Amino acid sequence: MEKLKLIDRVNAINWNRVPDEKDLEVWNRLTSNFWLPEKVPLSNDVQSWARLSDAERTLTMRVFTGLTLLDTIQGTVGAVSLIPDALTPHEEAVYTNIAFMESVHARSYSSIFSTLASTQAIDEAFTWSEENEALQRKASIVLEYYHGDDPLKRKVASTLLESFLFYSGFFLPMHFSSRAQLTNTADLIRLIIRDEAVHGYYIGYKFQRGLERVDQAKRDEIKDYTFDLLFELYDNECKYTADLYDNVGLTEDVKTFLHYNANKALMNLGYEGMFPADTAKVDPAILSALSPNADENHDFFSGSGSSYVIGKAVATEDEDWEF
Amino acid sequence: MPLGVVYFSSVSGNTHRFVGELDVPAQRIPLRARDEHLSVTEPYVLVVPTYGGGSGAGAVPKQVIRFLNDPANRALVRGVIGAGNTNFGAHYAVAGDIVAAKCRVPHLYRFELFGTPEDVRRVRDGLDTL
Repeated sequence: MEKLKLIDRVNAINWNRVPDEKDLEVWNRLTSNFWLPEKVPLSNDVQSWARLSDAERTLTMRVFTGLTLLDTIQGTVGAVSLIPDALTPHEEAVYTNIAFMESVHARSYSSIFSTLASTQAIDEAFTWSEENEALQRKASIVLEYYHGDDPLKRKVASTLLESFLFYSGFFLPMHFSSRAQLTNTADLIRLIIRDEAVHGYYIGYKFQRGLERVDQAKRDEIKDYTFDLLFELYDNECKYTADLYDNVGLTEDVKTFLHYNANKALMNLGYEGMFPADTAKVDPAILSALSPNADENHDFFSGSGSSYVIGKAVATEDEDWEF
Repeated sequence: MPLGVVYFSSVSGNTHRFVGELDVPAQRIPLRARDEHLSVTEPYVLVVPTYGGGSGAGAVPKQVIRFLNDPANRALVRGVIGAGNTNFGAHYAVAGDIVAAKCRVPHLYRFELFGTPEDVRRVRDGLDTL
């Protein structure tokens, strides 16, 4: 049995002396973003759920059990495995927050299930996810690195999980949302997406600080490792995506979304994106389900910005504007 | 001569990296209150990031507010470019929206994280046309 790794020595955490200001900023962001699934009126989706086809309902259940597995890993192993590597006590505290929120996310999918589906359908979906090879393989690849002994590699695996591996699943509620289906479920998923974005950004930031402390040979090794791991995960992700989405004809759209998010995961780690821009052009309907500000009309420089209008005054609660 | 930029970037440096790629005159708004105040004398485009969701309150970094509270600085802003992450939903680059509305200038462009090569090219070409 491997020895349990814990921090040897703990000092009382002093939040009045914070060596890395990013720790306090992210702590404040995460705590002010805190939410629970009970806040979202999921039962308003019952009628919309009933109007989905059988294939769509099965797909939805399978997608959400897959996401549940990832959040469970990240809550009980991933975020926790980063604690012994932390450079400051404040960084440790941020990871405990991340770990707990991952458990809230994992809990949320069950709230969706119990609102929309029968016990039998829920059990069948969990069984499918336990038997799906690609899903189990994705879990075991990531777990292997969490149990490894390289702190930088752990952060790479964690960032790829937060910023890439979730997105084959997140695609579906955004797709439904763009067609005004399961809109409350989509609201809940958007809260999860927002949290994962902060997690990926923060762990990627800590990875880059760690990289500054090692020599060039180690940096080269880590960069090769990152791209190898991403390729391995991407390859597996394509199989998983096909298993899920071939039935409803969405596999290619999901892959584009994977390319877009893989590039962003690499950017969180400080690397340039790997997939060419034309393979990462996400359907505008999906992008605007993700963010209403993401559409092309906001590009003032290009011809498509012709419909641009200066927005109405935005209410702001910042008190220290003087004008 | 393209318009120069004034930008804010936290210690993570994503916006700093984007601006570095633009290859235009650039000035960084100081991170810490004890640093010397930045006063500008030429028209510029402001590049401002948004860090992650929430209610929208506090979306504009305090340092940017301090910079714009100087009427001379405010008078020279010609447009805003917002940085962020579409995963923040309605708050994607919202600091850019807030500053654009407050200063009555257009929100010219949005990009994610440190931007793609395409973002860099479009913004650089765009600044030439202003």
